[in-house]
Amino acid sequence: MKKLMKGNFAIAEAAIQAGCRGFFGYPITPQNELIEYMSVEMPKQDGGVFIQAESEVAAINMVFGASGAGARVMTSSSGPGLSLKQEGISFLAGAELPALIVNIMRAGPGLGGIQPAQADYFQATKGGGHGDYSLLVYAPASVQEAADLTQKAFDRADYYRMPTMILADAVIGQMMEPCEVKSMDTRSDFDKVWAVTGTKAEPGSKKEKRSIVKSLFLNPDELNDHNKKLQRKYQAVAKNEVMFEADSCEDADIVLVAYGTSARICKSAAKITRELGYKVGVFRPITVSPYPYSQLKEAASGCKEVIVVEMSAGQMLLDVKVAMEGSKPISFVGEMGGIMPSPSQVVEAIKKAGRE
Amino acid sequence: MEFKMVIAGFGGQGVLIAGQLIAETGLNKGKNVSWMPAYGPEMRGGAANCSVIVSDEEIGAPVVESPDVLVAMNQPSLDTFGKNVPAGGCIIYNSDLIKNAPTRDDVTLVAVSCNGIANSVESPKAVNMPILGAVLEMTKLYTMDDMKQTMEQKFGAKRAHLIESNLKAMELGRQAAIA
Repeated sequence: MKKLMKGNFAIAEAAIQAGCRGFFGYPITPQNELIEYMSVEMPKQDGGVFIQAESEVAAINMVFGASGAGARVMTSSSGPGLSLKQEGISFLAGAELPALIVNIMRAGPGLGGIQPAQADYFQATKGGGHGDYSLLVYAPASVQEAADLTQKAFDRADYYRMPTMILADAVIGQMMEPCEVKSMDTRSDFDKVWAVTGTKAEPGSKKEKRSIVKSLFLNPDELNDHNKKLQRKYQAVAKNEVMFEADSCEDADIVLVAYGTSARICKSAAKITRELGYKVGVFRPITVSPYPYSQLKEAASGCKEVIVVEMSAGQMLLDVKVAMEGSKPISFVGEMGGIMPSPSQVVEAIKKAGRE
Repeated sequence: MEFKMVIAGFGGQGVLIAGQLIAETGLNKGKNVSWMPAYGPEMRGGAANCSVIVSDEEIGAPVVESPDVLVAMNQPSLDTFGKNVPAGGCIIYNSDLIKNAPTRDDVTLVAVSCNGIANSVESPKAVNMPILGAVLEMTKLYTMDDMKQTMEQKFGAKRAHLIESNLKAMELGRQAAIA
């Protein structure tokens, strides 16, 4: 049965229902309800561990340790906290450890403000930490989708042995919508023989080699091979995990491209302008890393103009340009600082594109 | 059907809870609903508002730009959001705290003495209940029984004793909207 739930609560409950048994975090608006919910519910779970760490840096390293020991774990934060966690995220990627990281985006840079924004896109999708690594990043556009993608993100993290991320703006975290959190505990599907559990390696058994969890490879050849292995993994992710939604793009003159709450704003604008006779489609990436490059190019192949809408100075805009390869004119509607583009701003952009 | 409203006031007036009750009742009735809060970092006081949408269709932007109904619980809320109500819309306002009453003639204006009604039922915190009654009367969105059911769900056994006075305040607000 659907219940009226806040996005932050829905993500937390979805994580517990996905078998997450370790939460390590540090409070920050606008994701505080998530950590609040975990502080109450996680200790009730069999083997559940909740720690409010002394800092974001400590929290991500607790995630590293618990994941290295084979537990299904997560952390959550918002912009400034995510910046602090970047070193740990790079270490997780380097050591091939699964974990879920949630970013409920607020406005930046610096401490910025607590209102919704989408300005952490580059950080999330282009590697906020050092080294050649990628995350699998999901961008939900509703409370229900936030819950569903949280569970998928845990499963995919274990499958690929890599950190995954939920990248949601503060609207998704703060708003209430009907949501049904399903039970999707896939922990037992993964035999984590690689985990550091204190058991001895024995020839002939499943654990033939000592488990070593590390990201340090001082031999350049070995590190080169390790990087190539990581890149093969990211290629498999790009091939198999791309998700998107294309709404009425086939015969559209104008295709709006947006993710998260901006996509909801675009849907409102599309509805208004379709009633005025404009042919408008909405393309919504659900994974923003890997990005649906070829899918966007195909969906927008018949249109006259592409309009990108973001709560940022135009970050995903660059990926849209890469996807379109110069084949269509691209314009941009965006606001920053916690201001959301309004449906009427997007309507104006559609009308302007229609006149050209 | 798509109904969009904004409820605005200051922290402590129950504007966020009032919006949740509208959204939750919509969910009970099988509608698509969204509730989107906006408030500052203050623990108490400060401006607070929420956007609520109740719809038969998929809900797009959850932030309401031009509400069918605006509920203004204090003067700054009316001054900020009053102009966003399109012609033909409705402004329900707390006449106890709003000294400069709205003067627009292209919208329906409903004055409700929220603090007065809440005090009269000896539940002075329930200033958000009279406006819910007024919203029901002006929109026919739900019946009083629908609201009662939601409040029983939401208040739980611990606060069940508050339901009666809250419903009384709601009913008085509804009657104020008729007059």
